[in-house]
Amino acid sequence: MINKILSLEEAMAFLHDGDTVMIGGFMACGTPEIFMDEIVKKNIKNLKVIANDTGVPGKGIGKLISAKLIKELTASHIGLNPETGAQMTAGELKVTLVPQGSLAEMIRAGGAGLGGVLTSTGVGTEIEEGKQKITLNEKEYLIELPLSADVAFIHGSVVDKAGNVFYNSTTRNFNSIMATAAKTVIVAAEKIVEIGELDANHIMTPGIFVDYIVGGEG
Amino acid sequence: MASAKEMIAYRAAQELSNGDVVNLGIGLPTLVSNYIPPDVHIILQSENGILGMGELCMLGEEDKDCVNSGNQFVKVLPGASYFDSATSFGIIRGGHVDITILGALQVDETGTLASHIVPGKMVPGMGGAMDLVEGAKKVIIATTHTAKGAPKLLNKVTLPITAVNKVDMIITELAVIEVTKEGFLLKEIAHDTTAEEVQNLTEAKLLVSSELKTMLPYQE
Repeated sequence: MINKILSLEEAMAFLHDGDTVMIGGFMACGTPEIFMDEIVKKNIKNLKVIANDTGVPGKGIGKLISAKLIKELTASHIGLNPETGAQMTAGELKVTLVPQGSLAEMIRAGGAGLGGVLTSTGVGTEIEEGKQKITLNEKEYLIELPLSADVAFIHGSVVDKAGNVFYNSTTRNFNSIMATAAKTVIVAAEKIVEIGELDANHIMTPGIFVDYIVGGEG
Repeated sequence: MASAKEMIAYRAAQELSNGDVVNLGIGLPTLVSNYIPPDVHIILQSENGILGMGELCMLGEEDKDCVNSGNQFVKVLPGASYFDSATSFGIIRGGHVDITILGALQVDETGTLASHIVPGKMVPGMGGAMDLVEGAKKVIIATTHTAKGAPKLLNKVTLPITAVNKVDMIITELAVIEVTKEGFLLKEIAHDTTAEEVQNLTEAKLLVSSELKTMLPYQE
């Protein structure tokens, strides 16, 4: 069996300056904090981050914002982190805002081999600028393109050694979708168990999507 | 004496029916859950991945893994379920949410809404608002009638648009207004106002219903 368990140090070798990285979580609930801390410690910068939001200062992706490690951000909401807005206004950070449901589907499309998503969300708003539109059955849709990344950092509540993941409560959010859409997927596990200890019925992300597991997530 | 926000939330709660799947926006709309009639059982959705959301947690009751879309710790009710964000927005966009109650900066007589960019302030992002307004079967706007005297119910929205022609109903401390093909239809007014006074605080023309009623008065 392949050993997927890495130390934090070993895992971080997969992330390089300038990489596109997906980070799971919703307002830092289900964001893999150990990876955030380690990216700051290693000062890996000019990152292109795809995430729902940027948490709050000092929490979740807010740690990367405070350390000014993000160059480009694709997110649905940045309102609860004033530092993100300040960096955007100062021209230090390029932000692309995407409706939350479109963001989820664009990531899903990236992982599911789809060429894009047709959604009526954003038709007639600023969101449609520069995007292709299509009319089907007399309804207008935007064509939203798939998203993928070099690395996805996700959070798992219970992970078995094959990489199968169980997410507790609302920590699933973007984590399970992002696990499908990056070249290298690394999960921060709260608890690592032996293969077979997670009931196959309760597995939310099949282990084939997960390349590496790091323990010690809070 | 109830505040304007309490009166609006109280009236909005009367729109909910047994079994409705409901998504409440952050701020004033969240208060609606305090006034749901005891014989009405709804299923609250939180777009970060809950159906069957319960009350906010008291200090000491928090589960670090269970928050609502406003990042507050919440409980869930028996029969609740959790899911990922793609499923959550499939529920929203797919028309499986019966009612969403949201705040607004501006609404115009075609039902076009501006709610996600506060003028002169930071740009927070639309979060789930655009999808909710697009996909919910019924969109109710719960808002104060004016912004410190400046009309919010307009001929045409001037701020960045959240969704086009999607608002069905507007509930304020002064009035209940239905958005019809002909424009704003005034259906109810507060007991201490007149249709004329409501019109004076509304930019768009109000069509007054022939069955104009008095709004259900607030009760604790």
